[in-house]
Amino acid sequence: MTAKPTVNVSSSGSSTALRGPAKLEVKDFDLFYGSFQALKKVSMQVTERRITALIGPSGCGKSTLLRAMNRMNDLIPSVRTTGEIVLDGKNIYAPATDVEALRKRVGMVFQRPNPFPLSVFDNVAYGPRAHGLRNRAGLRDVVEKSLRSVDLWDTLKDDLDDDALTLSGEQQQRLCIARLVAVEPEVLLMDEPCSALDPIATMKVEELMQKLVEQYTIVIVTHNMQQAARVSQDTGFMLLGDLVEFGLTERIFTRPTEKKTEDYISGRYG
Amino acid sequence: MITLPRLPRLLHPRHAQVVAKAVLWAMTLATVGVLFYIIYFVLRRGLGHVGWDFLTEMPRRSGSVGGIFSTIVGTLYVTGVGVVVATPIGLGAAIYLAEYTREGRLTRIVRFGAESLAGVPSIIFGLFGFAFFVTYLRFGWSILSGGLTLAFMILPTIIRTSEEALRAVPQSYREVALSLGASKWQAIVRVVMPAAAPGILTGIILGVGRSVSETAAVIFTSGVSLKMPHSLFDSTRTMSVHFYTLTMESISEPKAYATAAVLVITILLINVAAYTLMNRFTRKFR
Repeated sequence: MTAKPTVNVSSSGSSTALRGPAKLEVKDFDLFYGSFQALKKVSMQVTERRITALIGPSGCGKSTLLRAMNRMNDLIPSVRTTGEIVLDGKNIYAPATDVEALRKRVGMVFQRPNPFPLSVFDNVAYGPRAHGLRNRAGLRDVVEKSLRSVDLWDTLKDDLDDDALTLSGEQQQRLCIARLVAVEPEVLLMDEPCSALDPIATMKVEELMQKLVEQYTIVIVTHNMQQAARVSQDTGFMLLGDLVEFGLTERIFTRPTEKKTEDYISGRYG
Repeated sequence: MITLPRLPRLLHPRHAQVVAKAVLWAMTLATVGVLFYIIYFVLRRGLGHVGWDFLTEMPRRSGSVGGIFSTIVGTLYVTGVGVVVATPIGLGAAIYLAEYTREGRLTRIVRFGAESLAGVPSIIFGLFGFAFFVTYLRFGWSILSGGLTLAFMILPTIIRTSEEALRAVPQSYREVALSLGASKWQAIVRVVMPAAAPGILTGIILGVGRSVSETAAVIFTSGVSLKMPHSLFDSTRTMSVHFYTLTMESISEPKAYATAAVLVITILLINVAAYTLMNRFTRKFR
């Protein structure tokens, strides 16, 4: 078997020249659900203030890898991991890791918009309150700032007390992003954030991602290759738990080096 | 090849269907009919004697004259103690079962224990309450003894309904809360419990209903005093015990039925409240 032509963290090839510092590094990471190995020796780098896309057919492990990045897989009792995921130089799987603090820094947007059955305000204020912000004025500021950052403030500023579940799907997903932004994370993990949205809403959320990446590091899982091509700077292609190929999005979609990648992006399976 | 034994055909399937439908309908009618007849029976005999005076006057001459005011107060106190004690314990157990353990031997044992507790005849609870609270702990026949006994009795109901309510809360709420860096406890307190509140409340209300209607467990533990209770250590008589006493000691049939009517209406209102809440709750998550 040939060595994987991944853009290695330590390599100094031309494709790394454009890279900023690594925010997250996945190093020889294995993940097992019981005896089933869902991730096999995955290594990759998430670069600061860029959008990294993970693509691949259903069940390839892309969501598992994403959820490993803020240890949401901890919620599944049978999960076991080896290897490291390093956030700003620290292995998040080290025993001393404060998982709550980790998740505050590395937050998640889920596949289906999932606001709490609370008001718009209380949804956005949930995180800050959980982290100890109590005073009303402070919370109001955070809520306004967060809703502005997802372009919902002008629409919703007079309806902050409305039940969040009455919003449209797109607004709900924006609200979920605002709820996440409110805890001032550093990395946003997005697990197929547009799969429950129509094409126009999808386009708007993609525009939002382009705006957010100026401030945050984003990793997005998507089954939609066009989306990956449109929004991301780096792309990883996964298949059956392997990260088959990882590199600049432009290169992956035009000159993939792996046959499997080429087959997938040309629509031969998936 | 397996051949099924051929049953002799007594009826054409279409006729069998008609018969089955009629029989099932009759059975349903019988169930509902019995309920309505009991209510009608009690209300017809009792409602005529129920008035404002009956509700607000103290019982005199063993209850043959006057009203039932002190028994209403007694019922409120005993039920109140039962619910106030059982709710935190039951809710705590439910949270533990639903959120903090995985399904396993322990949860099965706890759940089996709770179910068994629910199946214990109430007179046994009465006997236990008498032996433990009244005699051993020397609380005497009192509101406290009765309330604590009732607390044990309604505990299984509160545990089961609360656990179901907690489990009905979508898993995604917990995930989101945790993904925002909230601790498990914060997720439970700020998201899961509020979402489960109507279901939990339903369990508590059902517990109230059970407490209000309970007779055997209370007569042994709170006694039969008709005086107005002034402290938790005073003996009191609940409405159901009052009804029992009026009837068994042939004190006054009209007063007995009037008490029963008040009791039945109270229980009906409590159940209507419980089911209204439960409906709202299930609709919200469907």
